[in-house]
Amino acid sequence: MEMLNSIKKTVGGEGKPTQVATEKKMEATMEAKPVANKIKLGHVHLSGCTGCLVSTADNNLGFIKILDNYADLVYSLTLADVRHVPEMDVALVEGSVCIQDHESVEEIRETREKAKIVVALGSCACYGNITRFSRGGQHNQPQHESFLPIGDLIDVDVYIPGCPPSPELIRNVAVMAYLLLEGDEDQKALAGKYLKPLMDLAKRGTSACFCDLMTEVINQGLCMGCGTCAAACPVRAITHEFGKPQGERDLCIKCGSCYGACPRSFFNFEVIDEFEDISEIIAEALK
Amino acid sequence: MREMTADPYLGKYITCVSARSTDKEILKKAQDGGIATALMVYALEEGIIDGTIVAGEGDRPWEPRPIVAMSREDILKARGTKYSISPQIAWLKEATRSFGLDKVGVTGVCCQMQAVRKAQLYPINMRDVPGKVALTVGLFCMENFPYKSLQTIVEDHAAQSLGSVKKMEITKGKFWVHTERGNVSTVPLKATHKYEQPGCHVCLDYVSSLADISTGSVGSPDGWSTVFIRTKKGNEVWSKAVAAGMFETKPIEDVKPGLELLTKLAKEKIDKNRKTLEERRNFGVNKALRDPYA
Ligand SMILES: Cc1cc2nc3c(=O)[nH]c(=O)nc-3n(C[C@H](O)[C@H](O)[C@H](O)COP(=O)(O)OP(=O)(O)OC[C@H]3O[C@@H](n4cnc5c(N)ncnc54)[C@H](O)[C@@H]3O)c2cc1C
Ligand code: SF4
Ligand code: SF4
Ligand code: SF4
Repeated sequence: MEMLNSIKKTVGGEGKPTQVATEKKMEATMEAKPVANKIKLGHVHLSGCTGCLVSTADNNLGFIKILDNYADLVYSLTLADVRHVPEMDVALVEGSVCIQDHESVEEIRETREKAKIVVALGSCACYGNITRFSRGGQHNQPQHESFLPIGDLIDVDVYIPGCPPSPELIRNVAVMAYLLLEGDEDQKALAGKYLKPLMDLAKRGTSACFCDLMTEVINQGLCMGCGTCAAACPVRAITHEFGKPQGERDLCIKCGSCYGACPRSFFNFEVIDEFEDISEIIAEALK
Repeated sequence: MREMTADPYLGKYITCVSARSTDKEILKKAQDGGIATALMVYALEEGIIDGTIVAGEGDRPWEPRPIVAMSREDILKARGTKYSISPQIAWLKEATRSFGLDKVGVTGVCCQMQAVRKAQLYPINMRDVPGKVALTVGLFCMENFPYKSLQTIVEDHAAQSLGSVKKMEITKGKFWVHTERGNVSTVPLKATHKYEQPGCHVCLDYVSSLADISTGSVGSPDGWSTVFIRTKKGNEVWSKAVAAGMFETKPIEDVKPGLELLTKLAKEKIDKNRKTLEERRNFGVNKALRDPYA
């Protein structure tokens, strides 16, 4: 509580010690000079659909705010003219990797070398998602048949599961990554706690399916029938029969959202109990 | 505004009172003081919410079905405790889609409040949800039962036909079944334990600590509810509703059995379930069952 209160005082427009001076100056020289201590953010596009980037942009003015105050977008083929993967603090990687496509394999390897924090953005990068069903045989690269989530080729630090990923989660991770790299001790501690379950998901593995609810929740005696999994599923593959999940597994696109959203997959009390304060801190940072 | 209390068993709260709704029609079929119903009706009428998820009537007698209620009439349909699983959160995202709601209300038990807060802080395929949850009212909950369990308890142990039941209640160590024609049967709670939903045995919350406002029966006399006002949002809504004459209230300190009994039961639940979690660590031989809180 104490810690959260002190963070609330220091995040956001008003009292942030590291930035208060620069921000005053900024008002006069808005476009002329970048804010000091912004982190370098990149968007790396592999075998994805760009929907993850659209979700990022769907933070609307929140996205602009992040780019104004907290992060420089140093790489994004969709939005900027930088041709080669540069050094990045945080790489948001969307899509899986076609292992028969040499350049894709090179790009993911290079991303790991050049980025401090690699984030698998969206379910294709985390879990393969729809590309799990790829099996080649289509013009004009019929041999492009094998796709793997990025975690099967490089170490991944953070997962943002979802197909599409929620804009709010991408925003939270961006703000927390900034606090982790540029914040004071309390802010770093908060960011570390916030990101932990998303880092744990990255350590847990690269496969996802409705079946996770069976093997990791129901079979483990943990399901209490809350219904969250059904709300999260993007293809309505989940209904509840007598209060328990029923999966239409041929509808499931293997995105991993249901397990991620389930309150009995991870439930970190030390963060979620503070929902009121943490929501305020994030809102304050984007004001 | 009073100082925030942070109790290891009752969660964080601003105030706790004993209360009941002043709306006679609501009280007619309410489980206790009609707090859950009255708050959502008030919030709807005041524009604090434009719809709310409640446990409506399902296909079978006493089987709840979550619905998105957008009228007083529909909210009233959810009065009374159904001691069976109602997957409330299944409608959380849809409420912001085809229902077109901007300010969503959610009622439910403790684990469902937890689900809402997790979705707000870690929205995984839950776009728009974090910003559109407007008011949550959580119920106290010791445990819940799958539908077949409820059927067994009522039809076999209490020997009543589900279709004839007017009200069910767990209190004073017994499961009470009241019928429409005035009969009352009881089942000792001991006999019901084996029918509990297993997932409830790792639950570490009794009084819906993560709701904006939480309410239950323990601690207050029959017909009254024990109410915790927890968040800024909850405090704002509660203060306005009390000022508008929606509730009768008494300080919880003036009420018997009050917080003493409530704390005792909360402690029992949490201690017992912590022990279950502990045992799961050595469930096999050098093999543990998964711990969602680790
Ligand atoms: C499974 C369960 C266990 C409970 N255990 C305890 C307990 O140990 N101690 C205690 O003091 N109180 C317990 N309660 C709460 C208590 O029974 C009342 O629900 C509460 O006091 C609200 O009463 P009211 O008059 O304000 O609600 P009413 O105005 O009658 O409205 C009922 C509300 O309950 C909701 N509801 C009904 N059934 C369910 C369900 N199955 N799942 C989710 N929401 C539901 C409806 O949506 C509605 O909002 C439990 C409730 C449930 C559902
Ligand atoms: S979200 Fe998890 S706990 Fe809730 S119903 Fe689905 S599997 Fe069960
Ligand atoms: S059931 Fe739905 S949410 Fe779960 S993995 Fe399959 S598609 Fe994704
Ligand atoms: S005991 Fe806990 S897990 Fe079970 S229904 Fe009640 S709140 Fe949910």
